[in-house]
Amino acid sequence: MFDTVINLLETGFAWIQSNYIIWTLLKIVVITLPLITAVAFYTYFERKVIGAMQIRIGPNRVGPLGLIQPFADVFKLLLKELILPAKANRFLFVLAPVITLAPAFAAWAVIPFNDFLVLADVDAGLLYILALTSLGVYGVIIAGWASNSKYAFLGAMRSAAQSVSYEISMGLSLVGVLILAGTLNLREIVLAQQGGVFDWYWLPLLPLFVIYMISGLAETNRAPFDVAEGESEIVAGFHVEYSGAAFSVFFLAEYANMILISGLTAILFAGGWLSPFEGVPVLGDTFLAEGSILWFLAKTVVFMFMFLWYRATFPRYRYDQIMRLGWKVFIPITLVWVMFAAVLTVFGIVVKGA
Amino acid sequence: MAEIRNYTMNFGPQHPAAHGVLRLVLELDGETVMRADPHIGLLHRGTEKLIESKPFNQSIGFMDRLDYVSMMCNEHAYVRAIEQLLGIEAPIRAQYIRTMFDEITRIGNHMLWIGSSGLDLGAMTMFIYAFREREMTMDMYEAVSGARMHANYYRPGGVYRDLPDSVPLYKESPWTKGKNLKRKNEWREGSLLDFIEAFASDFPSKVDEYETLLTDNRIWKQRTVGIGVVSPERAQQLGFTGPMLRGSGVEWDLRKKQPYAMYHEMDFDIPVGINGDCYDRYLVRIEEMRQSAKIILQCVEWLRANPGHVMLKNFKVIPPTREEMKDDMEALIHHFKLFTEGYSVPKGEVYAAVEGPKGEFGCYVVSDGANKPFRVHMRAPGFAHLSSMGELVKGHMLADVVAIMGTLDIVFGEVDR
Repeated sequence: MFDTVINLLETGFAWIQSNYIIWTLLKIVVITLPLITAVAFYTYFERKVIGAMQIRIGPNRVGPLGLIQPFADVFKLLLKELILPAKANRFLFVLAPVITLAPAFAAWAVIPFNDFLVLADVDAGLLYILALTSLGVYGVIIAGWASNSKYAFLGAMRSAAQSVSYEISMGLSLVGVLILAGTLNLREIVLAQQGGVFDWYWLPLLPLFVIYMISGLAETNRAPFDVAEGESEIVAGFHVEYSGAAFSVFFLAEYANMILISGLTAILFAGGWLSPFEGVPVLGDTFLAEGSILWFLAKTVVFMFMFLWYRATFPRYRYDQIMRLGWKVFIPITLVWVMFAAVLTVFGIVVKGA
Repeated sequence: MAEIRNYTMNFGPQHPAAHGVLRLVLELDGETVMRADPHIGLLHRGTEKLIESKPFNQSIGFMDRLDYVSMMCNEHAYVRAIEQLLGIEAPIRAQYIRTMFDEITRIGNHMLWIGSSGLDLGAMTMFIYAFREREMTMDMYEAVSGARMHANYYRPGGVYRDLPDSVPLYKESPWTKGKNLKRKNEWREGSLLDFIEAFASDFPSKVDEYETLLTDNRIWKQRTVGIGVVSPERAQQLGFTGPMLRGSGVEWDLRKKQPYAMYHEMDFDIPVGINGDCYDRYLVRIEEMRQSAKIILQCVEWLRANPGHVMLKNFKVIPPTREEMKDDMEALIHHFKLFTEGYSVPKGEVYAAVEGPKGEFGCYVVSDGANKPFRVHMRAPGFAHLSSMGELVKGHMLADVVAIMGTLDIVFGEVDR
């Protein structure tokens, strides 16, 4: 009896694995579901963390410690009426949130959680990431235009200009990583950083690391670069006309993007799943020194926390000041440092891909 | 060729940065403001007309509701006007209490200003930090008058009651218990004066906290330095008063230039800006808060040493205590007369102004000898400041409109009246 069940399961599992589409779909679900849950709890985490920074309590009513709060929010948003403004372009209005959300999730396909846990081990992984993260802004622009609202339009214009200029400094800081790692494959980029905290790329590429994180803030429209939403200036910017489920999709995309940027920072500059204690003699044989998915998640959470920290600390930039910072400060610095990284590799100070 | 037109946008009346009910019609060229046209009157309640239909002493409550962030300062102006018409003067202890509460009000107002103007510029932590301290000024209001905002505490001839010997304490609740509860009640164990003293001596360290967040913050500076510049001459022409005028470098403060209450006894400085931009106005207000704390401490010291009356004993104007009223026939008659007919005020007109937190708040009262004022006009500082809006924001960007509106420190209760 017991053996037959096991046999059945084994044959079933073998069939699923042999069926490429179903196996892939299963893997997608295994990545997406925890991601959506993570987004939900990230909103809770944000409210608690910022609450603590502002001497408040934060959500504490729904469930123990308010832990059910994100689900209450989700259901509230999903059950609310979806209002289509009278003169909005109906098709684009509905399409926009989808365009924003899809790349935020699709990008996870190439993210390596550890040495073998990756949906698609693509050789051009970094290019794929660059392409998808740039797609997200179209959703914002379309949302702003399709709403047929002046505030939304201003938000879309701001967002377009901002994302385009920060894409450049972001791309250039990735070039630095490329030069040092000598590969576009994210898994191999992590493997190239092996050898402990000081072998990770944050050290040789420190300015690029900082600029990447700041550009990530700008790219996700988070404070202090949240001019596209600009609560106190243009009310809610591009999503001012959205309600209910469509609004929640924008929300989901924003937080998924934040998690994505944090994960990418961990992979590109902080050694991905590699352990910071690698090579430390005392911990040499414990699980702490081994690279594992736990390290990747821990690093990602640290960078996620920073997003919230910035939000609680800084006032908002003005739109033209953001442009100035992007074009006149970040792009020159990244350009210079990319050269510097090249020099490092050419003279063998940092060994390429090792 | 397509015709290029400017973008006209309604900023408010329902807008997160409209500070109430300001409707601003903006003409935008891209994000640059070409013209800003403030529309007021959405909070018009006819205060000035309503006052004409009530005996003098019943209108003090209206003053709270004018500038509902600096309540007692408004009361002070009106009460002073009546006192001048009647030719009476409040006892010296009442004058000290008024001075002290004017300054508490100033701190409360500047707290709201720094919080909301920080929030406008995206520094949202500032808001919560400021409201932590503002809560205590509200508690002081409550301890002395029973109301957190609309105190109705100043009366012609003094203040309603002497300072109480105890302050209400926080009760235990699931969120305030143990150490937290103890910390919250620490300052409140003694009398109100103890509480105020503890608050005022600790307050400068709190201001330091705000300054850590904002003063040297690069983003904050970029957002405020050189924004909304007003030259001293222009500031005077526009009728600016208070921190708006001092931010432009004009040294003008009624507390020094035309002292009232007990300000001539106080030792304090008037901060003055240099450039007349948003950043200078911010610095002026920050320094004013420190000076206010200093004045409060001086008042506390005097008030501790000198107990006494806080109301005149003139039953033609000031109602007798309830005790006397229950006991004494004459007092009962006085009470009845004062609470039905009020008192008649000699014929004449008078203008009394105080240095409110926002600027010169004045009250112009015309009496025809009856028990009700013939006409009352309020000089609201916010009105003059708001009228300059179009001039200030011209050529700036949309985000600067918000920054400038923050430093104007407008409250629509007084602008629309």
